[in-house]
Amino acid sequence: MMNLLHDYECGTSDHFSRRTLLKTAGLSSLSWLTPMADVLATNAEKTPDLAKSIIILWLNGGPSQIDTFDPHPGKKIAADSKAIETSKKGVFVNEHLPQTAEMMGDISLVRSVVSREGDHERAIYNIKTGYRPVPGVVHPAIGSIVCHEMPRPNIDIPTHISILPGQFPSRGGFLGAQYDAFKMGDPTQPVPDLKARVGEDRQKARLESLEVVEKRFHRGRSETLAKTRTLHSDMMKQARKMMTSEQLDAFNVNDVPKSEREPFGDTPFGRGCLAAIRLVEAGVRCVEVTLSGWDTHVDNTNLTSERTKILDPAFASLIKSLKDRGLYDNTVVLCGGEFGRTPHLNPADGRDHWPHGFSMAIGGGGIAGGRVIGETDPNGEKKDPAGRINVQDVHATIQYAFGIESDRQIITPAKRPIKLSDGFVIDELL
Amino acid sequence: MMTDSSPPPLPPKVRLRAALRNLLFIGLLAGVIGYAISQLWKPETVPSVSIPNDGAEVIARQVDQAIQAEWTKENLSPVGKADELTIMRRLGLALTGSVPSLEEIRQFESQNETERIKWWVARLLDDRRTSAYLAERFARAYVGVENGPFLVFRRHRMVRWLDDQIHSNRSYDKLVREMIAADGIWTTHPGANFITVTIDQNNDKEGPDQVKLASRTARAFLGVRIDCMQCHDDMFGDRWKQKDFHQLAAFFAPAKVGVTGVQDDENNKDLIHKVRYRGDKDESPVSAAVPFRPDLLPKSGQLRDRLAEWTTHPENGAFARASVNRVWAILFNLSMTEVVDDIPLDGPYPAGMEILAEDFTESGYDLQRLIRIIAATEAFQMASESANPETNPVTGRHEETWAAFPLTRLRPEQMAGSVIQAANLAALDADAHIIKRIQRWAETNEFVKRYGDLGENEFGEQPGTIPQRLLMMNGKLVKERTDVNPLMSAATRIATLSRDDSKAVDSAFLTVLSRRPTTKEHDHFVKSLSGKKGDKRSRAMTDLYWALLNSTEFSWNY
Repeated sequence: MMNLLHDYECGTSDHFSRRTLLKTAGLSSLSWLTPMADVLATNAEKTPDLAKSIIILWLNGGPSQIDTFDPHPGKKIAADSKAIETSKKGVFVNEHLPQTAEMMGDISLVRSVVSREGDHERAIYNIKTGYRPVPGVVHPAIGSIVCHEMPRPNIDIPTHISILPGQFPSRGGFLGAQYDAFKMGDPTQPVPDLKARVGEDRQKARLESLEVVEKRFHRGRSETLAKTRTLHSDMMKQARKMMTSEQLDAFNVNDVPKSEREPFGDTPFGRGCLAAIRLVEAGVRCVEVTLSGWDTHVDNTNLTSERTKILDPAFASLIKSLKDRGLYDNTVVLCGGEFGRTPHLNPADGRDHWPHGFSMAIGGGGIAGGRVIGETDPNGEKKDPAGRINVQDVHATIQYAFGIESDRQIITPAKRPIKLSDGFVIDELL
Repeated sequence: MMTDSSPPPLPPKVRLRAALRNLLFIGLLAGVIGYAISQLWKPETVPSVSIPNDGAEVIARQVDQAIQAEWTKENLSPVGKADELTIMRRLGLALTGSVPSLEEIRQFESQNETERIKWWVARLLDDRRTSAYLAERFARAYVGVENGPFLVFRRHRMVRWLDDQIHSNRSYDKLVREMIAADGIWTTHPGANFITVTIDQNNDKEGPDQVKLASRTARAFLGVRIDCMQCHDDMFGDRWKQKDFHQLAAFFAPAKVGVTGVQDDENNKDLIHKVRYRGDKDESPVSAAVPFRPDLLPKSGQLRDRLAEWTTHPENGAFARASVNRVWAILFNLSMTEVVDDIPLDGPYPAGMEILAEDFTESGYDLQRLIRIIAATEAFQMASESANPETNPVTGRHEETWAAFPLTRLRPEQMAGSVIQAANLAALDADAHIIKRIQRWAETNEFVKRYGDLGENEFGEQPGTIPQRLLMMNGKLVKERTDVNPLMSAATRIATLSRDDSKAVDSAFLTVLSRRPTTKEHDHFVKSLSGKKGDKRSRAMTDLYWALLNSTEFSWNY
């Protein structure tokens, strides 16, 4: 029996990335759960080309790489799925991604992502956090790490948002629940729990009554309790500030002109992508937009094409719009799911889970576009793709784009030092 | 030719369908009427419980002395005993995940003063809510919160089984042995889910994962974290070697899953744990060995049977200490050590731990007795605030040494459970109507999803979040459970049943915060009710409820 976790080592000298070795001050930093806000605030001023936000288009269920970004046209494994050439000569994608194909100069494709997790729940954890699930610790998702490591923007709304969250939205893990993604649905609908249930007068009376009750609890307790520990009234104030903030407009796309909305497609996902742009524009650090339905164990080609038709206009318009607004250079866009799907069709014309070489699209925030990394076996036999990229490498690359030190170790509440990422930066994407 | 003018008889299938439909309708109607009656009229009976007299108090006093010695050493003065209703609330939250009901508070107060706490503990230990709630807490340590592998893992079966074991007060060591050494199918032998949860169906390796199993066993049953040693020797001391971890994992290596469920095949050469140790070039096979006290390991038998015996051996103090620490954490929401599953193997141990562990072992691993002892300690019954903040203010050290009861935020399921319970006057226990219990389950799940589940590492202090405050201020559950509604809302029922404003305010405070209002609070809210009738009065009560539910006090254990 193999020891499967073996190549996932923790916190030892093996893990220095190439970047760290190049650094002049190679001191390993070991610090507590303190945001590096101050340090990074000055850094960000000096280096305006760093990423400031990230948008993750989460394709929940595990999209087939062959029917999206890695088509192998003409090969047996392509089955009846067709491909088109993109604006990058010689690079093909699925025929239902024509608009995305046009944007290929701005997006790179990593076609050789490899993981060891073939179960949805575990794989989602793995891709979102860059770590495999292990007992005793919950790793933070990439969006939570970005929010923790970057200075907090001066906004009334949450800095980490999940639009149309699936079953497992991004979580703050050991960084704390305050780094969990704020969950919202279709951006034409009101954001849940934001509207007071009673009129202004009654709300005022309720808050006055609350003050009366709060006094009793603080009797005989530390004077700093509310300010440093419960943070109850602070959270309440921030929540109330959010309830009446003008920045809430960014959540809602109802008032956006039709001409601006239409290119994204008339779907919740398309509207989610449009809202993501508006949220990033408002200063939000991480927005995750989920498109589910990629778990195509039966009738793969048809079911996947329905999904790609939703993805295509939304993804392409997202990039276009970010560029038009001058946001793309500071916004990383990542598109992918928890794993790929088997190269060969199963008897039900479906494709099953395949973590042994699948695709992710990435661009923006200083990450190069127009590149293709790695190559899967055109015959679908070999499990190890050429130019293999580990999941954690994608994380290290994203963190690098933000100027975040992946090697920085955080001491978890359980007193365990864990690096922000133990992957290597993908040089080809720089 | 037919001359009969009456309509032709309906085909049997249609008749059957019609009959079934009528039956369903009558059944539903009866259900709704029964439900309504159960809401409006419930006989007042105080459940009879027997309070065991088995010397639990004696052990509690020994623990007190050990903890008092710490205070003396540090020159700390304890803040004094908590109010009885506060202790009652703590116990309700720890054992059932919700505040006590108004009905239970009334029954509590009708007991003999010296027996009240003991009566409440005995009553809760008798309650299915407690075993179900504890089962979920233990399950998180054994199998985590993931849904786990498809078909071969049934979390629900596992939790139900634990529920039954805890309710019948089965010896804890037997329960643990049944998990470590489990054979057979996970549905008929639910303990086997401990093994099958580690199966990764999409990986190259078939069958349970010995590395995960070793990690779980060490943490959950021994309170040692040697899983970091999976890849290297101990970096923070020299207690553990990489070898220790992998030799433990080797006990689980022969486990496989076939048509008869979990079985061991110790003669199979493929089922041997192999590792490339740090610094080595190649993998080498690892033979099973325990990381400490090898003298306690049985010399013969199947590997997992031997490991199960060794783990739960009465002389293996680590097992009793790990169990005691977890039960302490369930009651205080904080463990005796900084992290619940990290206890120094060779000491020094936190004050009182050894006394509890020894008694736990001697009692034949009696979980209910352990809970009764901890609940009877001075530490558990300590106030969280100081009666003399000027001369003896509460400090961090007070809380760390149990000289003051440590404040912790309620966990999500405790928040949901408490909101739902506060919307009812009677306890939502096994006697509650099935519709209510189903509703409680559904509402809890929905609320916890939005409030944020803590997962398996659920003990300790967690920061509050903005979405949590929004959910409490404006969310669906609070709105639906406090709005004007004669069946679903205790607020409305108090407003309509209590004609007297003063009594109505008292009842609301007891139902939501498990205490009576201060004079200031009393006057404030009586004023808000005074002169109001009908729906207006109910709305004023809804507002009162809103203020109480949104207070710091409601969302903290104190």
